[in-house]
Amino acid sequence: MWSLSNIAKSIDAWLYEVLPPTVALITEMVIVGLLAITLFALLGLILVIMERKVAAYMQIRLGPNRVGYKGMLQSLADTVKLLMKEGITPAGADKMMFNLAPFIAMITAMLLLAPLGFARDLHIWDLNIGVLYVTAVSSLSVISILMAGWSSNNKYSLLGAMRSGAQIVSYELSAGLAILTVVVLTGSLQMSEIVQSQANGWWLFKGHIPAVIAFVIFIIAVTAETNRAPFDLAEAESELTAGFHTEYSGMKFALFFLAEYINVFIVCAIGATLFLGGWMPLHIGNWKGFNHVMDYVPSSIWFFGKTFFLIFVIMWFRWTFPRLRIDQLLNLEWKYLLPISMFNILLVTLIAIKGWHF
Amino acid sequence: MFLIDYIKDIYGAVKSMAIGMKRTAYYFTHHKEIITQQYPDNRAELVLPERFRGEVVMSHTDTNEHRCTGCTACELACPNGTIKIITKFDVSPEGKKKKAIDKFIYHLELCTMCNLCIEACPTNAIQMAQNFEHSVYDRAQLTKVLNRPGSMLEEGVE
Repeated sequence: MWSLSNIAKSIDAWLYEVLPPTVALITEMVIVGLLAITLFALLGLILVIMERKVAAYMQIRLGPNRVGYKGMLQSLADTVKLLMKEGITPAGADKMMFNLAPFIAMITAMLLLAPLGFARDLHIWDLNIGVLYVTAVSSLSVISILMAGWSSNNKYSLLGAMRSGAQIVSYELSAGLAILTVVVLTGSLQMSEIVQSQANGWWLFKGHIPAVIAFVIFIIAVTAETNRAPFDLAEAESELTAGFHTEYSGMKFALFFLAEYINVFIVCAIGATLFLGGWMPLHIGNWKGFNHVMDYVPSSIWFFGKTFFLIFVIMWFRWTFPRLRIDQLLNLEWKYLLPISMFNILLVTLIAIKGWHF
Repeated sequence: MFLIDYIKDIYGAVKSMAIGMKRTAYYFTHHKEIITQQYPDNRAELVLPERFRGEVVMSHTDTNEHRCTGCTACELACPNGTIKIITKFDVSPEGKKKKAIDKFIYHLELCTMCNLCIEACPTNAIQMAQNFEHSVYDRAQLTKVLNRPGSMLEEGVE
């Protein structure tokens, strides 16, 4: 049967047949890198137009509707505009750090792509500590933000970066604990095993109420971690002009912009993998016919469908809630999310030990 | 008790968030609520709100008569000197002199559409029009004379 993993396998076999092993491995790496960049570019275009359309409809507007069919080429036109703009480095900036920061943001986002399972048996690198890897690498993104804010030599940038540091460091905790609940239930850190364990039902449903609580906390925490409204203090257009990327222009700005959307995609993909079963189709108990129909939908469509649903939820948050103040933000994390998730993980551990989950 | 307050707090927060999200979800799914006017495209059928104020105009009848007596109440009411009324004296057939307006000068470039002149007018001579496409290439064109050439005061307006 036609599937993405079969294509990948046949290309792999063919490459090893015609090339020496080392060259074949390098070729595969290059191909994967190119695919990742293509995916990023496509995702950037799709997510920007999606964000603008969702925002428009939620604010009773029409949104972009002139370029292409119903404005669908608007983000492409914007990209072309950004490509042609001059990338200015401020005179007082720390030149090297200033120019390096957007690339670190992108590289961090790119590294996070590795352990994701895009379809049945299709991983870039299915390492056995996938979840740990994700939590470790995702906290690197704060470095790029701090670098950008510090090297810009601008008070708004620095304020934005400092806020972002406080925010990401605190929300990492509850995001980590929410991820841990699934790890406790599965007993594995490997992404493919986590997906495999949800073959008979997603953890969101199998883990009773604690899993639902963990899912909600995860969504809130990753919204904060990706610096999106209502937690977009680091950018805060109305008070800090644009926070850490105030001084960036042209393609360097575009890289930050793209990295934000890629990060949203990745955290949603992780959420979909952990709680909504990754590429697993939706199965309901013993409904044989229903389950059989669901199996016919390709696994990559399940994965991207779930991911885009979560992205939509995060966009829905953004266009509904007003921005939090920094004290409210830290209150929410340290007084509410963290104690709740700690208590929650105890409950989940009890459920996992007693085997009460389905 | 602390714990009950804590849980009540969370419940209240979740409830109010749900109300907000319900509203935006309603707007997201109900596209008929969209209020955007596709302006240059729908110029022909553009409907403006009744209270929209575009510019001051003076209404004239078919026989080229207006209702302005030249009392300068609007000129006095205007906060930024938008209106300047130049009066003249008409001589009636009986040889009686009567005050009338020569020119009702209206500086659109100074006007803030505050509507005070219209409220001040005792004879309803001037109104607010809904026209809003005011751009011109020369600002001198924004200084307008509102009474039409050769127009007379309407019969019976004092």
